[in-house]
Formats: sequence, structure tokens, C-alpha cells
Amino acid sequence: MRPFRRASGPAVPLVRADVDTDQIIPKQFLKLVQRSGFGRYLFYNWRYLPDGSPDPEFVLNDPAYAGSPILLAGENFGCGSSREHAVWALRDHGFTAVAAPSFADIFYSNCFKNGVLPVRVTKGQAAALRAAPRTEIDLGELTVSAPPLPPFRFAVDPHRRRALLEGLDEVALTLEEHGAAISEFESRAPPRGRPPSSRLSS
Amino acid sequence: MIPVAAGRTLFEKVWDSHEVARRGAQSLLYVDRHMVHEVTSPQAFEGLREGGRRVRRPDLTVATADHNVPTGGGPLRVVDGDSAAQLEALERNCAEFGVELFGMGHPGRGIVHVIGPQLGLPLPGSTIVCGDSHTATQGAFGALAFGIGTSEVEHVLATQTVWMDRPAPLEVRVDGSLRRGPAVAAKDVILSVIRMIGTAGGAGTIVEYRGSAISGMSVEQRMTVCNMSIEAGSRAGLVAPDEKTVEYLRGKRYAPDDIDAAAAGWLSELRTDGSAKFAKSFRLDAGAVAPQVSWGTSPGMTCDVTDAVPAPEEYGAGDPAAEESARAALRYMGLEPGTPITDVRLDRVFIGSCTNARLEDLRDAAGMVEGRSVAPGVRAMVVPGSQEVKREAEAEGLGAAFEKAGFEWRESGCSMCLGMNPDVLSAGERCASTSNRNFEGRQGAGGRTHLVSPVTAAAAAVAGRFVDAREWV
Repeated sequence: MRPFRRASGPAVPLVRADVDTDQIIPKQFLKLVQRSGFGRYLFYNWRYLPDGSPDPEFVLNDPAYAGSPILLAGENFGCGSSREHAVWALRDHGFTAVAAPSFADIFYSNCFKNGVLPVRVTKGQAAALRAAPRTEIDLGELTVSAPPLPPFRFAVDPHRRRALLEGLDEVALTLEEHGAAISEFESRAPPRGRPPSSRLSS
Repeated sequence: MIPVAAGRTLFEKVWDSHEVARRGAQSLLYVDRHMVHEVTSPQAFEGLREGGRRVRRPDLTVATADHNVPTGGGPLRVVDGDSAAQLEALERNCAEFGVELFGMGHPGRGIVHVIGPQLGLPLPGSTIVCGDSHTATQGAFGALAFGIGTSEVEHVLATQTVWMDRPAPLEVRVDGSLRRGPAVAAKDVILSVIRMIGTAGGAGTIVEYRGSAISGMSVEQRMTVCNMSIEAGSRAGLVAPDEKTVEYLRGKRYAPDDIDAAAAGWLSELRTDGSAKFAKSFRLDAGAVAPQVSWGTSPGMTCDVTDAVPAPEEYGAGDPAAEESARAALRYMGLEPGTPITDVRLDRVFIGSCTNARLEDLRDAAGMVEGRSVAPGVRAMVVPGSQEVKREAEAEGLGAAFEKAGFEWRESGCSMCLGMNPDVLSAGERCASTSNRNFEGRQGAGGRTHLVSPVTAAAAAVAGRFVDAREWV
């Protein structure tokens, strides 16, 4: 996983509540079998007009925000489908941090697996970031700075923070640190019922 | 004084018995059953390949093809190249890693959350995950069943475990009995719950559905309720097992041979202790639940079938963001505030999905169409949840009854719930749908989805508009 340390730029305001992962990446683009190439489909139905040209009204097409790695979203961002494609699309487009008053649980967890930092901010902080010309989010310091606002701190689970900062491979880490415990669990508590394999159940 | 051990809720008991390790607020949970489908798994298998890893427990892993499958009858043909590639990738991956696959052409194929219970995979007290947010369906068996992302799918394939933040227990208590069944259905209960607690009300929690109305439900009705926990923001919902749970599982392929011995443990241990505390509790009177119809683009935007489309100010109730969401939703849905729901005319009707495509759902819907026919100008389809449901329904004559009334009777799959296959709405088309999400474009770009129960959908197909099905039964 690509590590994340900090991101800076104007926070791109997408101020709608309950933005679901169907909006972040519509289902017709879930058929790729790799993790890259989703960026051009990000917010597809909002970003393009029916003729395929960019909708100038949509914030991602505003030149003032071009290339910024910070998305400023509304409450319950990323609700609905568990599709990790939503995070891949954000990352592929260039977003490495998303700030919002709240996130849906699965989306929040998916971000950390892909080098994207979700930052929980208050509604007041979100409104203030919207007005600030430039925002910097620093995971090492756990701070958000957006002059002229006073900097403020945010919280992230310490393990998740370390994994993002170092770009850790979680599967390798689990096997290395907990492989013995998993084997021990398997030996003492076999799953209930017959195992779901036609080979073993006869 | 001797301290009294704090009681635990049902989900906490299941959680604790599967905890392998902890780090900070996260637990490493052992996964008893891992279900896999074609859309959220290719990158996970690719990750295994890149890391030189194998599937740790192929014997605890089951795969099926559902999202992309065309339901158009005859031999299953995949009509688009990307879908074909994704289905072929699943076949290759399952063959390479030794995972049992209920794939294209297999008589056991179907929607992942429908075939799991038919196979007896969700046992009380077990943990089940799948790269799909509606995995919570299988919580109806007293299992801890939840959706995960693709990176987590890879993690489970490689380690048979998943890291999770420990959620808080939330109680949803539904007492009383549903009036005028089947016109008021389990779907109406869960839509009412979502309307009450909000689409983010369950975030960071696991819901336990309790109370006399839940006990009174069949196992399939409980599946409908648990299925939409995610629409209330909860990653999982569950119901304590009882005799009905045991009877449902009896004789199923992967259920224990001596189910009565297993059941003794399930029924005595798997319940919330009297002294346990929920972080939050909500109550709903089942007797007050009316047939529900969603009017907006979020599952919380729902009203009684006898209501009118609300004004944005009324929905927002002083919250400007909610008001703006309602305004945008009404624009997208092409609805005017004050329009009676029963005046809303339909182009399409979809009876299907992991929420409402099991045998009882199809029986309820078929009961409404007997001696009636689909209104002119309405295209209505019934898509069974699995090939097994299809065969059972045909054996009871339900397939023929639907066809006689003018419904299309199709092969199983996710179909028009999410339109990753040829079953989609065209822009502007209005659909009464028994699925779970009314998001913008969910059933096709520009399509307008109204979430309803199977009975309300069937009645709407006949009338060409929404009707209060209570008047028909």
C-alpha cells in the first residue's frame, strides 16, 4: 500500500449528505478486475452531461480545485454498497484525504486499506474549511491547518495511523504477528457444523 | 460486595467467542463462513497471487455468480464482454484456489445471500462475511454476518480472519402483531425502522431485532428485516435463534448432522442476558405499521401508502441539509409535494433481490395477482432469488400464475436491484421495486425507484399505480 503522510490543497466541497457509493462509482464501472483505472468514472453521473462533456456546475470540474488531494464531504459519506471501487476511484482521481462530519462504516474502513485518510471533523470545522483557501492535513501530527483558521487536531486509531504512515501490508502483518494465534484458535474451536465443502461433507 | 458480572448481548457473545487477538479498539475475528461473488473478489484473488499466498481455508469458503448474470431465460448467456470476463475470472480463481463455486449453469446458483441459508451456511453463533453489504441478511439465524471491502476479502482468504472495530449493541424492539398480513409485510417493518432511526442511525452499531413481532415472524421474514440493516447504517443485524431457526436449518446441506444436539446449545446460550445493556434502544409498534412506499433517493425517505409526497420543509423539519436533500430527491424523482402516493403511476415493477425474492415473498406476491393481470403499459418482472427458489416456486405453480397475469418469470440473479446486467431502467422510468436501495441511478441512469414490499409491488403492477394492498386482501 502507498503510504500517506500529508495532503494539502483547497478542500473540494461536495456538501451533500448521504452520498452513497453508487454515486461515487456507478455500477456499470464495477466490472474491471484490477484496482486501477477507476478515476475517470468517479462521480460519473454528476460529473458529465448526457453528451459526455464535463458538467461545469459540478465541483470536480471547477478549475479552482483541479488537482487538489482533499475532498470535503457531507454527513454519512460513502453509505450503501461495500464496493471498495469507490475508494479506488477517489484514489485514482488523486484524492488521498476525505474530511467529513461522518462516514459510513465500511467505506471508512476501506479507505485505510488503500492509502486514503478519512478525517472526521465537526460540522462547524467542515463549514470553516469550505471557506479557507487552502487546507493541509498532517497524519504524523494529527492536525488540520487551514489559515487563517487556528489549526485543530483529529483522531485516528493508532494502529491505522501507523499502517497508513508506513504503508504496511496488512495481510503480511496479521500472519506475522497473529499467525500462531489463528492456528491455535482453529485447533481449539473448530467452526460449528460441517465445513462447507462438498469434498469434506460426504 | 461481590461484583456482578455484566450481562452480554447476543452479538457480544458471538463476537467474544470469535476473537483471536486485539489491537487497540480493533478485534481480529475468526471467520466461520466466507462467501464470495464475482464483483468484489477478482482484485482479492489477484492480491493473493501477487503475494504468493493461498486460500487458508477453502473448505470454509463458498462462491457464486449473481450480480452480472443475465436473467433473460433460456441458457444463461452473458451478453456483455466485461461481465463475461468477470464471471470467467471467478471460475478461474475458484478452480486455482480450490473454492467451491455455484457458478453459471449450476442448479445451486443464486443470489449469495439467498443461497447461503439454503445451504445451511449461517449457523446460530457463527461469523459470516462476504464482500457485499447485504450479508447482514444471514443475521436472521443468530449469526454475526456482515459485509466487507475487497481488501478485507483478500485478508479473509489469506488468514480466515478480519480486523473490526468493536461496534456498540443497538436494540430495535418491535412488539405487537402485523395487521392485515400479508398486505403489511416484514419489508414494511424494516422500512419503518429505517424511517425512524435514519440512514446513519445505526452507524458503529450492530442491531439486535427483538420483540414479539420479530418472534412471530418466519425465518424468511427475519431475513428481510436483517437484510436492510445496512440501510440504517449498521454493518450487521441479528435475531436470536429459536425453534423456527432450527427447523429451517434441519436437513440443509451444511447444517450439523445432529442438529438437535447443536440446537440445545444454541437455544440456551445464544440470547441477550437480562442484565445486558444496549447502547441505544428503539421501539416500534407493529400494529401501527402500514404498507410503506419510498418517495425519495434514500431508504429513509419513505411514507405510508396512504400519505402524500411530503414537502421538503416537512421532511427537513428545520434541518437545512435534510431539506436540500429532499428537494434534490423530488427533482430527481419527478414528484410534486402533496401528490397522493396512490396517484403515482408506474412504468415498471420489479419483484426480486436479496431482500425479497425468497419463496414466501413470491407466494405473497402471487396471492395478489391471482385472477388479475398486469395493467396495460406496465412491464413487470419476477426474478427468483436462486435457481432453487425458482424450482420450488414452479412446483407450486407460482411461476405459471405470474406468467398468466402478464409478469415475466426469469432466471435468478441480482437483476434490476443494481442493474449490473441487462435488467435496467431507462432514464425517467418509474419502478415499484422490492429491492433495498432507491439511490439515484441505482436501477439504471435516470431511473426512478420506489421501494416497497412484494405484495405492494404486485398490487401496483395490476393497478398501474400504487394502491393500498390492505384493501385487496
